Amino acid sequence: MAEVFAYIKHADGVAEDSALELIVAAKKIAPDAPVTAVITGSGADLDKVCNEMAAIYNAVWKIDNAALAYPNAEVVRKALVNTLPGDSIVLLPHDTFGMDLGPGLSIKMDSTFVADIVEIEGTDGGTLKIVRQEFSGMASAHVTCDISGGTVLNIRPGVYQPDESKAGGEVVDKSGDAGDLSVKRTFIEVVEAEAGDVDITKSEILVSVGRGIEDEDNVEIVFDLAKAMGADVSCSRPIVDAKWLEKSRQVGTSGQTVKPKVYMAMGISGSFQHLGGIKGNPFIVAVNKNAKAPIFQVADVGIEADILEFIPELTEAIEGL
Amino acid sequence: MEILVCVKRVPDTSENEIEINSDGNDIERDDLVYSVNEWDNYAVEEAIQIVDKVGGSVTVVTVGDDESEEVLRREMAMGANNGLLLTDDAFEGSDGKGIATILKAAVEKGNYDLIMTGAQADEGAAQVGGMLAALMDYPYASLVNLIEPGDGKLKVGREIEGGNQEMNEIELPCVLSIQTGINEPRYVGIRGIRKVASVDIPELGAGDLGMDAGAVGADAAKVKRLDYFVPDMGEGAEMLEGSTEEIIEKLIEYLKAKGGLK
Repeated sequence: MAEVFAYIKHADGVAEDSALELIVAAKKIAPDAPVTAVITGSGADLDKVCNEMAAIYNAVWKIDNAALAYPNAEVVRKALVNTLPGDSIVLLPHDTFGMDLGPGLSIKMDSTFVADIVEIEGTDGGTLKIVRQEFSGMASAHVTCDISGGTVLNIRPGVYQPDESKAGGEVVDKSGDAGDLSVKRTFIEVVEAEAGDVDITKSEILVSVGRGIEDEDNVEIVFDLAKAMGADVSCSRPIVDAKWLEKSRQVGTSGQTVKPKVYMAMGISGSFQHLGGIKGNPFIVAVNKNAKAPIFQVADVGIEADILEFIPELTEAIEGL
Repeated sequence: MEILVCVKRVPDTSENEIEINSDGNDIERDDLVYSVNEWDNYAVEEAIQIVDKVGGSVTVVTVGDDESEEVLRREMAMGANNGLLLTDDAFEGSDGKGIATILKAAVEKGNYDLIMTGAQADEGAAQVGGMLAALMDYPYASLVNLIEPGDGKLKVGREIEGGNQEMNEIELPCVLSIQTGINEPRYVGIRGIRKVASVDIPELGAGDLGMDAGAVGADAAKVKRLDYFVPDMGEGAEMLEGSTEEIIEKLIEYLKAKGGLK
């Protein structure tokens, strides 16, 4: 069997959660195969992460280069293509970095690629069977992938619980194999998100509004409900895209991570990117006119209704208490 | 600047309930409302705005069947100058790499400075742009939410976690995948569609593209969908039922118990 590698994302000397999830995914593909963490970066922060991962993975391949100080996917791709064996099984987190790196990496490794894997069912010879979701999470699909010539697999963050078991591997310095890392895309800087007038990350009750609100003029009814409940208003991505609410109110992986006690998902379908921004196991109420909306899989209480009719009635009832 | 935007005709998930057919090999496609992949509209709008600023032209391309022509026309009604339909029985059943391979052949027949895709489409894989870039040996940036044209290069912002933005400089020619929210796609009325109804849209097959038909399509695909299924949802939500009054009464009880009312 080909060697299995997990790419470890890290910042400020600390590995991201995906580092402990990918090893679990790797064991689903090849339960007995050793799994090597491959870690790119520069300097003391990189060494710190490598030592941390050596306790968990069977081996760590360290690639240290000043050009890798920030994880520019174009540079990382070159380093991986130059370093890893051609038929490797490479696991990446399906986040904004994995989406940037995975597809092109698979082409340059002349291997296969599967994005956003939510479950690994196992292998049969050189064929891997996995589960994906399509159509905004409204249908699941079994997918097979030929991994005999190597593969790149993007695993959805959070689908596997971190493995706490320890393997105790060695750090191997592969920096010398990285080769030419010149690319045609240069990282400049990270521009931090602007703070808004409400900090939804501190809210105990959130009334969160999605596409079901249909029109900017209707957003008012959400504020009315929030006022009656003593809640703050947050939203899903389409509301920010339409510029009906400011970015600082967006819940999700590309927005804010919130930890309320109660989360009212109003007209929100519940994409995994949105759900990724809800932490702390709140009591989730979902109101949606589409009974198949994925939000009903994760909500505690669901109501199949049009929010444009339901919200004003709920507001009135709460105001009358 | 010569810009190529890759678009796709997809079932509109905001307009449809997606049901799986009785064989489990496809979704129920009868009565589905199709539209242009939402992300692609942002890419086309961005392309039009860039050309308005610096000159050039916008070509929209899709891999599909005759029905896909309607999405090309819609994007031309927005303001794209040319349409290109890549269609061949040999293309059917292509995986992501197959689609990227077909698009590469089309790119090589043109002279494009910038190629854009939507950040993702109905399959949610977000893969074709990155594959096309690697096949072309062009630089790539995904999830782009800002573009500032420069001389032989672009300044691009990428949407990353936490609402932050990663700024990059990227050399032309390049491939970018476009995230929603980068602009406000213009409205297309029925009059706009009518205007472009009779514009000729060239159709190119494997032979016209000078490509090996065996390199794409179902037989070449190494990633294959076996079936669709409804996942075991576990417990799922407790669905409140009854009259609206009864539902609201139950909901308020829950909210009181869980600290949802202040």
